[in-house]
Amino acid sequence: MLAASVALLAGACDLKRAAVLDPKGPIALAERNLLFDAFCVMIIVIVPVIVMTLWFAWRYRASNASARYTPAWDKSGKVDAVVWSIPAIIIISLGVLLWRSTHKLDPYRPIENAGPATEVQVVAQDWKWLFIYPEQGIAVVNQLAFPAGRPVSLRITSDTVMNAFYVPQLAGQIYAMAGMQTRLQLLADQPGKFVGRNSQYSGSGFSEQHFEVLSLSQGDFDAWVAKVKQAPGRLDAQTYPAQAAKSRAVPITYYSAVEPGLYDQIIAKYRHSGHTHTQNQGAGAPARR
Amino acid sequence: MSEHEREETETQEQRNLGFWLYLMSDAVIFALLFATYAIMIRGTDGGPTGKQLFDLNNAALETVLLLVSSTTFGFASLSARTGNRGGAIGWLAVTFLLGVGFVFLEVREFAGMIAVGAGPDRSGFLSAFFTLVGTHGVHVTMGLLWILIMSAQIVLKGLTAPVVSRLYRLGLFWHFLDIAWVGIFSIVYLPGLL
Amino acid sequence: MFGKLTIEALPLYSAIAAGGAAVTVGGALLVALVLTWLKAWKYLWTDWLTSVDHKRIGIMYIVLALIMLLRGFIDALMMRAQQAMALNAGGYLPPEHFDQIFSSHGTIMIFFMAMPFMTGLINLIMPLQVGTRDVAFPWLNAVSLWLTAAGAALVMVSLVIGKFSTAGWTGYPPYSGIEHNPGVGVDYWIWAVLISGIGSTMSGINFMVTILKRRAPGMTLMRMTPFTWTALCASVLMVFTFPAITVACGLLALDRVAGMHFFTNAHGGNMMNYANLFWIWGHPEVYILVLPAFGIFSEVVATFSRKRLFGYESLAYATAAIAFLSATVWLHHFFTMGASANVNAVFGIATMIIAVPTGVKVFNWLLTMYRGRIDFHPSMMWSIGFIVTFVIGGMTGVLLAIPPADFLVHNTTFLVAHFHNMIIPGVLFGYLAGYMYWFPKAFGFELNRGWGAASFWCWLIGFYLAFMPLYLVGLKGMPRRMETYNDPTWQPYLMVAALGAVVVLCGIVSMVVQLYVSIRDRKLAADRTGDPFDGGALEWSTSSPPPPYNFAVLPTVGDREPFREAKKNGTAYRRPASYTPIRIPSNTPAAVILGGFAFVLGFAVIWHIWWLVVVSAIAMFITVIARSSDDHAEFTLSAGEVKRIEDERFRQLGGRA
Repeated sequence: MLAASVALLAGACDLKRAAVLDPKGPIALAERNLLFDAFCVMIIVIVPVIVMTLWFAWRYRASNASARYTPAWDKSGKVDAVVWSIPAIIIISLGVLLWRSTHKLDPYRPIENAGPATEVQVVAQDWKWLFIYPEQGIAVVNQLAFPAGRPVSLRITSDTVMNAFYVPQLAGQIYAMAGMQTRLQLLADQPGKFVGRNSQYSGSGFSEQHFEVLSLSQGDFDAWVAKVKQAPGRLDAQTYPAQAAKSRAVPITYYSAVEPGLYDQIIAKYRHSGHTHTQNQGAGAPARR
Repeated sequence: MSEHEREETETQEQRNLGFWLYLMSDAVIFALLFATYAIMIRGTDGGPTGKQLFDLNNAALETVLLLVSSTTFGFASLSARTGNRGGAIGWLAVTFLLGVGFVFLEVREFAGMIAVGAGPDRSGFLSAFFTLVGTHGVHVTMGLLWILIMSAQIVLKGLTAPVVSRLYRLGLFWHFLDIAWVGIFSIVYLPGLL
Repeated sequence: MFGKLTIEALPLYSAIAAGGAAVTVGGALLVALVLTWLKAWKYLWTDWLTSVDHKRIGIMYIVLALIMLLRGFIDALMMRAQQAMALNAGGYLPPEHFDQIFSSHGTIMIFFMAMPFMTGLINLIMPLQVGTRDVAFPWLNAVSLWLTAAGAALVMVSLVIGKFSTAGWTGYPPYSGIEHNPGVGVDYWIWAVLISGIGSTMSGINFMVTILKRRAPGMTLMRMTPFTWTALCASVLMVFTFPAITVACGLLALDRVAGMHFFTNAHGGNMMNYANLFWIWGHPEVYILVLPAFGIFSEVVATFSRKRLFGYESLAYATAAIAFLSATVWLHHFFTMGASANVNAVFGIATMIIAVPTGVKVFNWLLTMYRGRIDFHPSMMWSIGFIVTFVIGGMTGVLLAIPPADFLVHNTTFLVAHFHNMIIPGVLFGYLAGYMYWFPKAFGFELNRGWGAASFWCWLIGFYLAFMPLYLVGLKGMPRRMETYNDPTWQPYLMVAALGAVVVLCGIVSMVVQLYVSIRDRKLAADRTGDPFDGGALEWSTSSPPPPYNFAVLPTVGDREPFREAKKNGTAYRRPASYTPIRIPSNTPAAVILGGFAFVLGFAVIWHIWWLVVVSAIAMFITVIARSSDDHAEFTLSAGEVKRIEDERFRQLGGRA
């Protein structure tokens, strides 16, 4: 009994810090709250059903002669009305919640009233993540840093198979696909360190494809940018292939300069063999950019 | 109607329903290939487009051959129903020749496209084109083989009830392929040239 | 001459792989040895492998399913063990082996355990329930079985020759394309799925025609059994949705073999189309699996509550609604692929709507139990365990149906827990309930109740131990399909999950023991009347096992529970005035031969042995032509033969007749 309580308490403490249950930004918070709200609504149905099942199984067991036995009772219009309408009402109300929240939390939609966003371009590779900061002209592998309290606007693609960008404490995930761009917005309320992963299996290095997410005060972020700008490495069309080549468990790497348009080139090489046509969507590009 | 005849009729009804259901599953395959084609029309990868490749005259000739072959198959069916063995085999032979003509034209078209570097491995658009039109062509080829087999059965067994019943299902198959071709002509060739 | 096949294909690169191959080959040899020792080859061939009898075919499907359950479960044990140990690159599996295991686990459980189990139960029982002698196309039925077996054989052979796919049971490109996966693994997956998928499509056609055209006189649609209703709806889904996976795998095969660009990254490919094609099949597929299970629960709960099923009409409409709606929700499998909010929201709402008819069914089962007299036969225990556990999975499904909520937990172990929380209590408990319910009908003796109950409790407890932690570690952000991980707080949960797998193993062992004990004690638990549980539907009116022709005189039906009515009226066990001869389709080797060549064809394509592809295709063609040209593939059982069989039946009935 004691051991069970201890285990339960330990479990509960541990779960309080579960990434999905312990969001650190408004997007993840809103998404987590959806889980909670829907859970609470469904519990209204699930608990009575489970209780009824166990109660009926016990009460109407054959050896219980005192229970009533009505073998021919096999339909009731009133019961039908109730069992169709109560689930329907619940689903309708959840449906309204679903419609509204899906539009509000559309990953392509900029976060409202949150100020100017930090732009980052994300490239999923085997088996690491490349983050390009077009405004600062720097690039980083396996570390995504940004100022706390300001939105981060991500443009995401892949230079390999389908991946998924996933930082559960800050936002939901979205797929990264070659030749295409997806978008994601996230915002961290406070400075902190979070875990990011790939959640779409992509081969033998998949398990090690995690990255560090750092939200920093504005001062610390500027210092971080300055630190990256002192790195010896430079990412351009010549050095990119070596950087992108298959590797696993890659340590955080800084590039002090990155060729402008490198991200667009990575997408374009899958569109037309060699051509860069930003207005020609071609097959497969999502309608929105 | 005797017990045996009643059972025979029931069996043929069940076979016909089963064959309709197979055709519906085939229709789903074609529908998905059409949808895939529609999604991939612009996936030309900077390579040849429909406009550049499609020959409307060839497609029109293929259409005529196939539609006429449906008519001649109809005559074969009528002959079969009236017990006219010679008529059935004769009209089946005409249908066969028209079908062979269709397949010949299609193979020639494919070979021509491959020769100019517009094969199914050039781009997503061409993969979708070759697969959609080619799947139809493979079905037609299977139909031609089936026509040969039915002709052999008519010669060897005569126009018995099972044989006539099989011929009916072959007819369903043949006309279904006609309808699929009308879809191909309308969705693939015509827009490719507009 | 042998294409890509060389001696390097043997799995000698790792002890575990070599072990797996040895067990596979050893198992096959053991079976062959036992058959030889029992001198049973001829019997096996003439009475089983060449049979076109739906009852035999059904039993063979279920045998295949139970064997593949063992194989797929070993995969599960290996995965749970690996993940329990694999903190910071611990774990006992060599690299990339884990990836093959999770891929084969899903592939086997869906295609070669669940589908054959369902097809087998429908085959065994549905024709009896509709009051006919066999399915509409008995030979096609056998072909379906042997094509499914050919697919299963390909998956088993991949343990010995070559490797299996690492692309999951879903096989998403471009990872599964030739550029990123040039080996044979993905090809094994494609051809196993394609070949068995053709078999399933044909089964769907067969069952639809049987149910629509061969019901006994007087059996309107609203007088069919609930199991037959669900079999009909599942069959409609099979016919109309299996073509989608045929197209998905077919196009992927064209990409891999012919260098096409359906799903490649470059050259105009569109990987998102694969996800659509796959799930247009994939979602209806899980309803194909669960609807017949729901039908079994309807029958079992009514029989063992000693009550009429509550809300039959509601259940029939709910089944049809679920079947229809299942084709409208497929996008919820990839909410995170970047579709617009409108698209995501529409599919999310459609997904929620399915919860309504499903909830109706749960209430109807509960109300069937209400004021009944419940007998806790193992099948009833499976049903009660199902209701309690399935609704939890349904709840997490509603959570996942909300796209922004799904964004947080998609592709984590939360998702893995959800779908196992639907499939294990929903599909597997249902089929196990059906297996234990109809076993006496198939073999003439009952299964041991005690071991059945033990098996149930182990499965139930094991399920909760194995999967509840996965919900929690998914909320901690653990993606699925991870061979190793670096977060130590995940490990305790994964260790509990591994313990759960061991408890389930006890459940499976209990099933094996149950079989042994029941066979050993079969004379004690013999079913002499054909009606061991006082059932109401037509299958209980036949002997156990039924004669080859099912019914000497085809029944006429006037009630939803025709056999119960007959028992009440005293007309249940009447001898007819006379018997007539009955025509029965003859056994034929054509189906098993076709399946054999299908296996060879698949193997040859995988290894690029092109001449063998052509030869086996021609051989299949000739087999089909030869068989189709045979107009009289049946024999007649004389009236005297029928009388002899029926007399024996009435003798067994003793007092009842």
